[in-house]
Amino acid sequence: MQFNLNINNQSYSVDVDPKTPLLWVIRDTIGLTGTKFGCGVAQCGACTVHLDGLPIRSCSLPVSAVKSMKITTVEGLSKDRTHAVQKAWIAEQVPQCGYCQSGQIMSAVALLSKNPNPTDEEIDSAMQGNICRCGTYIRIKKAIKRASLELSGKNTK
Amino acid sequence: MTINRRNFLKNTALTGSALGLGFYFAGKETVLAKVGQVKELELNPYILIDTAGKITLMNPRPDMGQGTYQSMAMLLAEELEVDINEVHILMTDGKQKYGSQLSGGSSSVRVHWEPLRKAGATARTLLIRAAAQTWQVSEEECYASNAKVYHKPSAKSLAYSELVEKAEKLEIPKEVKIKDKKDFKIVGKAMPRQDIPMKVDGSAIFGMDVKVPGMLYASIERPNAIIGKIASLDDSAAKAVNGVKQVVKSSRFVFMQQAETVAVIATNYYAALQGRKALKVTWDCGEHAKFSSQAYFDKMKAIASQEGIKHEEKGNFAEAFKTSAQTLTADYETPFLAHASMETECCVVSMATDPQAPIQCEIWAPVQGADWLLGDLQRALQIPPDKVKIHVTFLGGAFGRKAFYDFIVEAALLSKQMQAPIKLIWTREDDITQGPFRPAMLSRMSGGIDKNGNITAFEHKIVGGSIQNQWGGLQKDKADEWAMEAVSPEKDSPYAIPNYKISYAHAETKVPLLWWRSVYSSTNAFGHESFVDELAHLGKKDPMNYRIELFKDAPRFEAVLKLLAEKSKWNEKLPKNKARGVAIARSFESICAHVVEVEKTKDGIKINKVTSVIDCGMYVNPDTVRGQTEGNIVMGLTAAIKDGITFENGVVQQRNFDTYRVLRLQETPEIEVHIIENNEHPGGVGEPGLPPIAPALTNAVFALTGKRIRKLPFALDEV
Ligand code: FES
Ligand code: FES
Repeated sequence: MQFNLNINNQSYSVDVDPKTPLLWVIRDTIGLTGTKFGCGVAQCGACTVHLDGLPIRSCSLPVSAVKSMKITTVEGLSKDRTHAVQKAWIAEQVPQCGYCQSGQIMSAVALLSKNPNPTDEEIDSAMQGNICRCGTYIRIKKAIKRASLELSGKNTK
Repeated sequence: MTINRRNFLKNTALTGSALGLGFYFAGKETVLAKVGQVKELELNPYILIDTAGKITLMNPRPDMGQGTYQSMAMLLAEELEVDINEVHILMTDGKQKYGSQLSGGSSSVRVHWEPLRKAGATARTLLIRAAAQTWQVSEEECYASNAKVYHKPSAKSLAYSELVEKAEKLEIPKEVKIKDKKDFKIVGKAMPRQDIPMKVDGSAIFGMDVKVPGMLYASIERPNAIIGKIASLDDSAAKAVNGVKQVVKSSRFVFMQQAETVAVIATNYYAALQGRKALKVTWDCGEHAKFSSQAYFDKMKAIASQEGIKHEEKGNFAEAFKTSAQTLTADYETPFLAHASMETECCVVSMATDPQAPIQCEIWAPVQGADWLLGDLQRALQIPPDKVKIHVTFLGGAFGRKAFYDFIVEAALLSKQMQAPIKLIWTREDDITQGPFRPAMLSRMSGGIDKNGNITAFEHKIVGGSIQNQWGGLQKDKADEWAMEAVSPEKDSPYAIPNYKISYAHAETKVPLLWWRSVYSSTNAFGHESFVDELAHLGKKDPMNYRIELFKDAPRFEAVLKLLAEKSKWNEKLPKNKARGVAIARSFESICAHVVEVEKTKDGIKINKVTSVIDCGMYVNPDTVRGQTEGNIVMGLTAAIKDGITFENGVVQQRNFDTYRVLRLQETPEIEVHIIENNEHPGGVGEPGLPPIAPALTNAVFALTGKRIRKLPFALDEV
């Protein structure tokens, strides 16, 4: 079946089985491989993308459910790694293997765009769906706080 | 609509031309700087400098997150005198000229500490020589800096790119001088990693991300008890799934064992998965279908009561045990574990359809050791190494799993059968249920103290399966050397205990076993360091200060614990609802110790903080040392308090991250890592932080509750 998708403000037309999880359409059909497969059952968060700004697990959402909602993937955050969250991730040297990090970043961006000044508890609850097997959590937390300072105007350098 | 990266990748596959990272191959225009033909180092061209000024450093150690992408280049750049941010880094392809290319055993820095610096220094020496000859001045008046050679008196300079053609023709110097630690400009500094920017915008290419023209997708159904044969197969529904091209019987090689498998090949991955779900297949797994992990532990307990094979002994344990004032014997159990790296096993393999083609097998994959993979392909498919081309991608985690290449061979077999490139992706369920696994182990600990509470006798009997023996390496009357990690009284655990014995008993199992981050150190340290704690408490001694006392003849161990006691404020009293525990282990030539602080809450025990000290000798990037230690703590805590792998009727009972849980952000304690400064030879970094974390935690739990945890995993809310 034919679907028109809006991903990172570009439109794509794809012909796939309507039950295909959005993840595989983004990765294999369209070729944006920043979004990762980790579990396939909404347990790990590696496949997190935004639908109209809200974080969802694309491994568990059939492409037919997307309709006209806008999809944002990690590739759509900025052209040059200058989104506040990306900058914070680099400054705190968060990634190890890096495989989970697109998902982590997308969850963090969704949190901060709603709530630029999250408490520790709010960070915990926004990030609990994202696994990092390399164990970079303490740096993720630091990076979210750093990005929060920039986004809420209390700038660091 | 442009899809840049995919097209890029496609081009790469076709032409072998440059892709920023991962697979870039030096074009013909590249002039090789002849480096390090120093035979005894088994080194060869690690440094490419082209006449246009591009400098490329070859990285022989695949990056699975541990930072070799950066650390190997730092070693080369330090001596080559180039800016680390200006060089290109490429992965080596497994060819012999690069020597050992396995990321494993926390070995990259400690093995390459000198060879790669010598390779850099050799190239620098040649470039300086070429400049001196050009200017007709003495080499002593010249120096290298920032990819240029300067003539000190005249301030003339020439770029490396202008010198490389001349340098390439010069005789390789036999001896080169490498720098002293005090002169390092790059090594030892917290340099931002160059792979990190690529990992925040999705541009880093992992095995999972590779796409080549004409590629088909595969998903494979394997025996539920891992090793077995197809009893019955009805693939009609699978073949009817839209997009499914073919269903084929195939094989998986697991060490000396072989499993029959059923592969579904499709034009897209979703179709392959749907086809696989529609398969009706039953298995005959014979003996394998009888395996139960509980029964295996019972067997290990029985074996532990036998004498065992002595591996190392100081004094006379048996005699001292008999005459001790008080004695204690306890068993410690650690489960099978799956590696569960975030990127599951995956690869693209393209077998040539033309038997005359110079490359018979081309592979794009996240592998820990491309050189080892060459050997596996030769054994399984009779492809000579010189007819294989391997492109090593970034690894989305590995932890030992991607040093076993069953999944590559699976894809190669399918590619041959289908006459098309195959992309194979294991599901998470495949990854968790099919192994190989960390061996389940039992430590039988026996010890005695004298009337002053001093430990006089100590025995650690290691019981379990043998990774080595899967290739048939075990001798009947000898301990499995590989399994003796982290416990040697002489090297790894030099407590001043007069009668101290390490022994071994093999407990055969057909469960496929593999190195899992820190390997037997992770299983051995649990019993070892818990039991030191038990004996300290039995003798009414403080577990930290008593250990420090016992390390009076082991200054590096003593220094680690002294710093740890200070940083963790060990000697400051905590309120009643909190307690601390300590443990230390030496593995992969580094010493690491942790103090864990726990607290009683209404929902069970909470881990508040881990304070850690590591002595890894000289290091390349301190930020990587910290990051790896943080990661080891998180992975070790997961192993301690989440889920083990258990078997019933040969079938693994855990399937995905809901039943094989991983520590999450909100459960992660505060972590503080301190690095000891010294001039010792570098030790490993990727693993040594893991072994001491479980016993430090359970020792803290004992201090808090009086309950001794002797079996992992355990639940914090059930203590
Ligand atoms: S792949 Fe979607 S949550 Fe794991
Ligand atoms: S960085 Fe490797 S899984 Fe998170």
